[in-house]
Amino acid sequence: MKAKKGMWVEVENIVLRPGERAPHLPEDTKRVPLVMWVKGFLESDVASLGDNVKVRTLTGRIVEGKLVTINPRHVHDFGDCVEELLQVGEEVKKELEKVLKEEDSDER
Amino acid sequence: MKDNSYQAVMARKNEIMKKSVGIDYDVLEYGRLSFDYEGLMKKVPYSIEEIAEIQAQTKVGRTPLFELKNLTSLVRRYSPPGKGARIFIKDEAANCSGSFKDRRASLSVYHAKKLGFKGVIAATSGNYGAAVAAQAAQRGLKCIVVQEVYDSRKVGQPEILEKARKCEAYGAEVVQLTVGPELFYVFLMLLEETGYFNASLYTPYSIAGIETLGYELAVEVKEREGRFPDAVVITHAGGGNVTGTARGLLKAGADKTCIIGASVDLTGLHMASDEDFNKKSFTTGHTGFGVPFAVWPDRSDVPRNAARPLRYLDRYVTVTQGEVFFTTEVLARVEGLERGPAGNTSLAAAIALAKEMDRDQIIVVQETEYTGAGKHPLAQLSFARKNGIEVRRGHPSENVPGKNIVIPESISQLGYKEMDLDRLRQSYIKNALEKAGVKAVEKVDVDFLSEETKWPVDRVLECLRDYGIDVE
Ligand SMILES: Cc1ncc(COP(=O)(O)O)c(C=O)c1O
Repeated sequence: MKAKKGMWVEVENIVLRPGERAPHLPEDTKRVPLVMWVKGFLESDVASLGDNVKVRTLTGRIVEGKLVTINPRHVHDFGDCVEELLQVGEEVKKELEKVLKEEDSDER
Repeated sequence: MKDNSYQAVMARKNEIMKKSVGIDYDVLEYGRLSFDYEGLMKKVPYSIEEIAEIQAQTKVGRTPLFELKNLTSLVRRYSPPGKGARIFIKDEAANCSGSFKDRRASLSVYHAKKLGFKGVIAATSGNYGAAVAAQAAQRGLKCIVVQEVYDSRKVGQPEILEKARKCEAYGAEVVQLTVGPELFYVFLMLLEETGYFNASLYTPYSIAGIETLGYELAVEVKEREGRFPDAVVITHAGGGNVTGTARGLLKAGADKTCIIGASVDLTGLHMASDEDFNKKSFTTGHTGFGVPFAVWPDRSDVPRNAARPLRYLDRYVTVTQGEVFFTTEVLARVEGLERGPAGNTSLAAAIALAKEMDRDQIIVVQETEYTGAGKHPLAQLSFARKNGIEVRRGHPSENVPGKNIVIPESISQLGYKEMDLDRLRQSYIKNALEKAGVKAVEKVDVDFLSEETKWPVDRVLECLRDYGIDVE
C-alpha cells in the first residue's frame, strides 16, 4: 500500500544503538536499540512502507523517519473473558444477597 | 549545530531544566545536603482556595465522596467482633480526563500559560499524560507526551497503549519509546527543540495541585460525620499522590489522620529490563516506583522533587496484583463502580486494613481512576496470559510477580504486607549522604534529615553515627 500526502502515518527511528546506550542497564536492554515512534501527517506526495519520510506531528513538528504504518490502528481491547474473575463476581453477588437479607430482617 | 549525542545532552541537563520549569533550584540549597522544601512549595503563588478555583475552570476537583456500604457489610463478615471500619472512596475518575492526575496537571498547565510558554511536555506512560493533554487542550497550549511503551518486539502494555490513545484524543503528540531510562535523553532534546514548559510530575505546581484532594476529603468527611477520617489510604508510586494528599489533609487540620501508602508488590521485576517489562500487569502504583522514589525522590526529572513521601507516611503496605484485580471485580459487582485496576490498589489495602479497625472508624480510599479498553482487568489479565504468566485462583501468599497472578478465593483472604518504613528512612539518609558525597554534615542538615524522614533528631544522629558521619 502507498501512503499519500496528508495521510496519518507512523515513523520509526533508532535513537540509540546497542553500543550507545546508557551505562548500568540490564544486559537484555543493553543488547537492543532504543527505538522511537511518532505519528503525523505525511509530508511527501507518495511513499511506501520502509521509505524514509517526513511527517508533521499534532504539535506541528516535522519529524523524519522510516515509514512503518499507514493509518495506524489502536489495537488494544478488552481482552478475553477471564473465568476466574467471573467466578469472583458471582460469588460476591451471592454473599451480598445474604448480607442484604440479614440487614433487612434486622431492620424489621 | 548543537551536539545531540547522549553525553552532550545529559551534560546540558541543568541548563535545560532551569529554562523549562522557570524555577532556580540552586538558591534553595543550604548546608551540606539540605534544601528549603517549604521554600520550594512557596514557589506556587496561589492559595489552596485559588488552586481550587483554577481547577474548577478546567473541570477538575470537587469529586464525589461515596460511602461503600455494601462492601463494608461484606468486609464485616470477615472481621473480628466490633471490627470492620466504614470504607469511603473519593471518585477521582470524575475528574475531566479520569484520574486524580488532572489536579496535578491543571496547575502546571495554567502556570505554564501564565509564564508565556506555547506548549507543555510531560514524560509519562500513565494517566498523567492524558491529564496534561486534556488541560493543554482547554488552555490552548500545545502538548507532547513522551512514553515508554514497547519492548524490543514492539509489544506494548495495553494500559499504556490506552493512555497513548487518550492523549491523542485530546490532541497531544505522543512520542513512544522502547524500554529504558534514556527516555530522559529524548525528553531533554524535545524540551530544547520546542522551548515548551516541562510539566513534570514533580514540580511544586504538580504537588500543590494534589493538595486540594486531601483538603476536600477531610472537609467533606468532617461535615458529614463530624470528625476527620481515622485513616486515608493512598496508592503510591512516584510519591506525589501521598505528598499532595497528606499536605491537603494537614491544611484542613486533619493532623491525627493516619497516612497509609499502598503499592502493588512487584518485587523481583527489574524496571529497566526489556524482558521484564511485559511480565508485569501494573504500570503504576507498584513497588518498582514506590520504593526507589521513597528512598531517593531526587531521581526525578527536576533537580529537587516536590514529592517527598517519607515526610508524610505513617505506614506503607503492599498488596498483590491478584488482590487488586479481585478488588476491582468486587467494586463493580457490589458497588456499581467499574473503575481502573491501578487506582484500586489502595482499595484492596483498605479492605484488609478495615478488618482490623473499629466499626465506628472511618477509612478513606482517596481515589479511583477511569477504566476502558486496555486499562481493564480482562485486558490486563489476557495480556499477562499471552506473556506466559499463570492466572489462577488461590491464596494471595502464592503470588510471585512475573510468574503468576493469583486471584483470591474470598474477601477473607485479602491482606497486606507491612513495609518497614524505618529501613526506607535509613536507606534515604544513606542515599542523601552518597549523592552529596559528604563525610560530615552540619547541625542544619540533621534537622533537614529529621524533617525528611519524620524521625526525631536523636534517631537521625544515631543513623549518622552508624554510617560514620561527623556532625560539625
Ligand atoms: C491512578 C493512579 N493512582 C496512583 C498513582 C501514583 O501516584 P504517584 O506516582 O504520585 O505516587 C498514579 C500514577 O502513577 C495513578 O495513575
